[in-house]
Amino acid sequence: MPRRTDLSHVLVIGSGPIVIGQAAEFDYSGTQACRVLREEGLRVSLVNSNPATIMTDPEFADSTYIEPVTPEFLEQVIAAERPDALLATLGGQTALNAAVELDRSGVLDKYGVELIGADIEAIQRGEDRQKFKDIVRQAGGDVPRSAVCWTMDEVRDCVAELGLPVVIRPAFTMGGRGSGMAHTQEDLERMAAYGLSESPVSEVLVEESVLGWKEYELELMRDHRDNVVVVCSIENVDAMGVHTGDSVTVAPSMTLTDREYQNMRDVGIDVLREVGVDTGGCNIQFAIHPETGRMVVIEMNPRVSRSSALASKATGFPIAKIAARLAIGYSLDEIPNDITGETPASFEPTLDYVVVKVPRFAFEKFPGADPTLTTTMKSVGEAMSVGRSFTEALGKALRSTETRALGFWTQPDPEGVTLADTLEALRTPHDGRLYTVERALRWGATIEQVCEASWIDPWFVDQIQSLVELREEITEAPVLDEALLLGAKRFGVSDRQIAALRPELAGEDGVRALRHRLGVRPVFKTVDTCAAEFAARTPYHYSAYESDPAAESEVIAQHDKPKALILGSGPNRIGQGIEFDYSCVHATLALREAGYETVMINCNPETVSTDYDTSDRLYFEPLTFEDVLEVVHAEQESGNLAAVIVQLGGQTPLSLSKRLADAGVPVVGTSPDAIHLAEERGAFGEVLGAAGLPAPKYGTATSFEGAQRIADEVGYPVLVRPSYVLGGRGMEIVYDAAHLASYISRATEVSPEYPVLVDRFLDDAIEIDVDALYDGEELYLGGVMEHIEEAGVHSGDSSCALPPITLGRADLERVRASTEAIAKGVGVRGLLNVQYALAGDVLYVLEANPRASRTAPFVSKATGVPLAKAAALIMTGSSVADLRASGVLRAWGDGGTLPADAPIAVKEAVLPFHRFRTPEGLGVDSLLGPEMKSTGEVMGVDAAFGMAFAKSQVAAYGPLPTSGTVFVSVANRDKRALIFPVKRLADLGFEVLATSGTAEVLRRNGVPCTVVRKYSTPEGEHVAGAADGSGEDAPNIVEIILDGGVDMIINTPYGNSGPRIDGYEIRTAAVSRDVPCITTVQGAGAAVHGIEASIRGDIGVQSLQRLQAAMAASAESAAAAAGVTAPAARGRQE
Amino acid sequence: MSRQTFRVNAGGGTPAALVLEDGSVFRGLRYGAAGRAFGEVVFCTGMTGYQETLTDPSYHKQIVVQTAPQIGNTGWNDEDDESSRIWVAGYAVRDPARVPSNWRSARSLETELERQGVVGIAQLDTRTLTRHIREHGAMRAGVFSGTEVGTAEQMLARVTESPSMTGADLAGEVTTAEPYVVRPDGPVRYRVAAVDMGIKSNTPRMMAQRGIEVHVLPATASLDEVLAVEPHGVFLSNGPGDPATTTHVTELTRNVLQRQVPLFGICFGNQILGRALGLGTYKMRYGHRGMNIPVMDTATRRIAITAQNHGFALEGEPGARFSSPYGAATISHHCPNDGTVEGVRCLDVPAFSVQYHPEAAAGPHDAAVLFDEFVSLMEGAS
Repeated sequence: MPRRTDLSHVLVIGSGPIVIGQAAEFDYSGTQACRVLREEGLRVSLVNSNPATIMTDPEFADSTYIEPVTPEFLEQVIAAERPDALLATLGGQTALNAAVELDRSGVLDKYGVELIGADIEAIQRGEDRQKFKDIVRQAGGDVPRSAVCWTMDEVRDCVAELGLPVVIRPAFTMGGRGSGMAHTQEDLERMAAYGLSESPVSEVLVEESVLGWKEYELELMRDHRDNVVVVCSIENVDAMGVHTGDSVTVAPSMTLTDREYQNMRDVGIDVLREVGVDTGGCNIQFAIHPETGRMVVIEMNPRVSRSSALASKATGFPIAKIAARLAIGYSLDEIPNDITGETPASFEPTLDYVVVKVPRFAFEKFPGADPTLTTTMKSVGEAMSVGRSFTEALGKALRSTETRALGFWTQPDPEGVTLADTLEALRTPHDGRLYTVERALRWGATIEQVCEASWIDPWFVDQIQSLVELREEITEAPVLDEALLLGAKRFGVSDRQIAALRPELAGEDGVRALRHRLGVRPVFKTVDTCAAEFAARTPYHYSAYESDPAAESEVIAQHDKPKALILGSGPNRIGQGIEFDYSCVHATLALREAGYETVMINCNPETVSTDYDTSDRLYFEPLTFEDVLEVVHAEQESGNLAAVIVQLGGQTPLSLSKRLADAGVPVVGTSPDAIHLAEERGAFGEVLGAAGLPAPKYGTATSFEGAQRIADEVGYPVLVRPSYVLGGRGMEIVYDAAHLASYISRATEVSPEYPVLVDRFLDDAIEIDVDALYDGEELYLGGVMEHIEEAGVHSGDSSCALPPITLGRADLERVRASTEAIAKGVGVRGLLNVQYALAGDVLYVLEANPRASRTAPFVSKATGVPLAKAAALIMTGSSVADLRASGVLRAWGDGGTLPADAPIAVKEAVLPFHRFRTPEGLGVDSLLGPEMKSTGEVMGVDAAFGMAFAKSQVAAYGPLPTSGTVFVSVANRDKRALIFPVKRLADLGFEVLATSGTAEVLRRNGVPCTVVRKYSTPEGEHVAGAADGSGEDAPNIVEIILDGGVDMIINTPYGNSGPRIDGYEIRTAAVSRDVPCITTVQGAGAAVHGIEASIRGDIGVQSLQRLQAAMAASAESAAAAAGVTAPAARGRQE
Repeated sequence: MSRQTFRVNAGGGTPAALVLEDGSVFRGLRYGAAGRAFGEVVFCTGMTGYQETLTDPSYHKQIVVQTAPQIGNTGWNDEDDESSRIWVAGYAVRDPARVPSNWRSARSLETELERQGVVGIAQLDTRTLTRHIREHGAMRAGVFSGTEVGTAEQMLARVTESPSMTGADLAGEVTTAEPYVVRPDGPVRYRVAAVDMGIKSNTPRMMAQRGIEVHVLPATASLDEVLAVEPHGVFLSNGPGDPATTTHVTELTRNVLQRQVPLFGICFGNQILGRALGLGTYKMRYGHRGMNIPVMDTATRRIAITAQNHGFALEGEPGARFSSPYGAATISHHCPNDGTVEGVRCLDVPAFSVQYHPEAAAGPHDAAVLFDEFVSLMEGAS
């Protein structure tokens, strides 16, 4: 049966902001779904609050709603659009939960919307752990022994039977949030209580420990004819006990015989059928006892998941695309396999290569957070690599993660650590554990010792042992001959690693020169789903070193079209996320249209850029100099490589710019010298000086004394940071000399080779973010964003509004003039991002980044102009005038001259604090500062600021309260500014709690409030100003928050956070209870606007297409009024 | 010694070469026994199950190239052999494991290859080789290692001297010398005479699980010997070689059809039944060898993912009905990848067969239900 003819309009739900456990993979899957549905001639409506996604680009759906993914907003969209069907299995747990809620509340029935690709009961069977276990048993599978508990007493009874350790798993949480292993009775009490509070249904599963068992996953697909295929098996190198998202994983499984694998496959298929997954993708997780082989089923996800994205990229089998087709009625045999073009999708991919995924963590961003890996996911991204052997893939994956160590041996061994310490360290799963394994083996541990300590399978340990032996050979060989070099490369060892072992070779460049002289170069193979059984039509390549002289490369020559190579952004991490992938994808779309053959290099399996049909050719490769250079070589050999684009993937490709250009690679856009001008403070200072633009005073220090001297000179507070940073790595605002000393000791560990910058920090300034295009002649102001938080909070973490809500036309003109001067002075060709601080009527330049910024997608969506596409075209030779004429940019005006009736778009950051705990199990501080901590963002858009802000809050954190209790405790300097917003809250009917100092000020200004005891005020001590009975025995504020007695918190900090400061405890409690916690004065003002808008209840939904059409119409009439018409502008070009 | 061999090749390790009859040379290191071996070079795309593959008699006289790059990871155990020995003529893999890891593993794969004298080669570019076979077809080849490695010309000359697969009657070489019986665990419900042309151990095992007493007979068994078993059904096994050469079993099959004794055939057995019904067979360019191959049941349009290992196939169009000396028959199954005939079914006599392996081992179990169908067929006939 071909596709259903009774469907004509499908609503697709996205996954909202990027958070830990739910990242870019759902942009990938949602984008594929939208593409497929439209190809099938269906009308597609889409809801997703995340502006950084490709799927929310207006051309991917007929109606795109950048609105919160909550049942309330979804109902409004359904009412407005009246779709026939809802597809929610491609938007992660968020979308699935929303769909379940829409079904439960009767909205789907009311509007006659059919849920496709999912069955509500099957979802519940899959996610309700007890039901699921029963199903597995019915299907003949085995499960860990367990009990479902709703109270702490039940938990205790259950553990009395099972014995410790046990696993606690809350029901219906995402990414394993709240789950963990309890080894002691204390752990149990704490974790079970937390789990019960995290679960929306107050339910936890207490389970027999399968800690240390081998862990596997199967990715399956089912169609309406009940055909089932296994797309991929994945084996975790880290044994059970580490969340699969945090494990190093391998595909296909490496250590199962056919008998065991087929048993797993049988059970997987039977469980899938028994659960009744309607159609589409599903993921099932298994554990196998390493000595007895007992296999138990752990869990399933009845939807496309993070692992599905990995499996899709690992096999070339596009799970999301096929799931979308299955949902509208096709069966697997009716869907072609894109890659072979001639065989159907009703098969199981077979791999003739090994895929390794390595997670990327960000613990350095969250001091105090426990870095132990557990069953709760903590990684923020991942890198995948493909090689012809496990070691080759592992080496590539390790260097793809862009951590400090780029593969084994590239960092000195820690000093003062013994083998015994190292083996002991292996007992606790941690980031970079394979580095520890390598060191233990090199220091003489046996494979058995390492296996015993780490529970890593001996086969994997021996693979690392082989690298240890290889290292010895490389170190000891009199000369590196072709055979040894080729042998080393076959094992995935980079030039840089070899250089670290052979200092006489003059570094990586020396090794490469030697290697090229000896003719040791990789071949490029193809991911083709079928191990070469059929010819592949899709150029999805990976590099491999083969020692067989017969080895052939599979890159097909193409000499007709010039080629443009786009460097992607690598693994998601804090500060470099999906926004950069967005820009890269736009570049490929624009350049393809402009007549180029586009080539993408990236190593992030979650992204749209690594979809095999996004670009004409895809290289799944690390973004290191060596790997990029080999791809460049292959592309030059096979055609005319005209342009290499490094400006759109964030700092990763940008940092390669100079070396690539020096190597003769045709890097286009802003030149490496210009990049240096913007990034090197001294050089940039000269650019600013020449243009007469003020910047905060600063100095560069190479020693602690120097830093102190500069701080005294420019005056506290100061902003200190290492040079060359992205996402504010290592930045801090320092208020006095003591803090400076503590910062320097920590920061020099971060980046010893770079000096430290000390900047005067502007208190009470308005921060402005600008994205602009420059072609050498004309500046196009993409958008001017006004931060809601004052300068000092990292721009990636602050919320901002576009158009700017308080800036006047004169301010905007100043911003335009300054931006143009910088663009010209630096020599930008393409995108430029500038950050300003407006303080005391002086517009200070904080920094300039000559590349696509994090805000480029937000600005593009808010203004309806595709900035990244325009940038790619400018880099390849178009002018702003050309792009105005061709309609890529507005014919008249730009983002600085938005019409007066333009809607307000608010961007809000989403922070991951609740994912992290200290080793003691406490929350971590949620204070914002100059170091970026957010994982993602949302956009709220509406006619006025209040409504837009309210939407952004709903999308990011859940609704702002419209009644109840607000707790206020602010720093002295903020007290004056907070009187008005708090008064407004009181007028709106909120009860106000405050600490004594804040309360005093509020009362004097006629705001009624109740004094509560600070956390640091001992019980029984008199609290100044406390009403009768509220002082001595009353609970302190932290207890009140933890008890659920507060609906919103306004708490502005002073100075650095630390456990002794009250604010820390307050914010930590807020994180534990998910209470909105506002930490800036401006944020409080915005929240009050949002609350007012919510109370009025007039927040509606509007599609991006309509908003942009209205804006374009306004712009046109403004242009007409100004005497310029679009055709005239075009005429000028001709 | 294996450790030394597979340390990074810094001049250590014994060189080896795989030479195709078209003159292509692939180079790697010795794996398993040293020496030389000849056969038809074929690739197998299964990612698991090398032990079953190596001991599958259908691979007799073939040099098997594993497309999965990491081989030997789970070692060799005492339970998963599909026959009494390794049958492949030569073995080509990319990266063999040094340390096997599995709770059932008894020894390493390499030890077993050496013990059984199987000549192998490792570290060659198996993907380039596979693409070559895909483009140019399965052909004769030789594996040479150690002192056997000569000049390309010398090695090629030896390859061209070796016998070809077309017209090779190999069933006679792999069949059991003496009849034997595999009994079910429980009571005997049916007796089956299984003609062994290269039967895998899992086939009688799966029949035994269904209450069948399996009398495994040599490929040379006469009709009388078959009938002497008083079988409720006759089974035609898989096996190597060109079905056109197996006139004896084809004739036997005709007699069984004549007597309307329920008949079930697998792989080679499918080709025999087809020939008995009047269909032709042909040598495929590079065959189907893997465990991810979709088969569609024409009647239900359901897909099974199957294990396959065949270089010859029956002629016929998917879903076609045709008449035979034994009444009407149909092409019941085909492969959606390339339209190859994957099964035939008689409509007037109780007989059916499939080109793929419902006994799996190695491979998915999707088709295991065919043994139940065989039981039903016997049930209906009795």
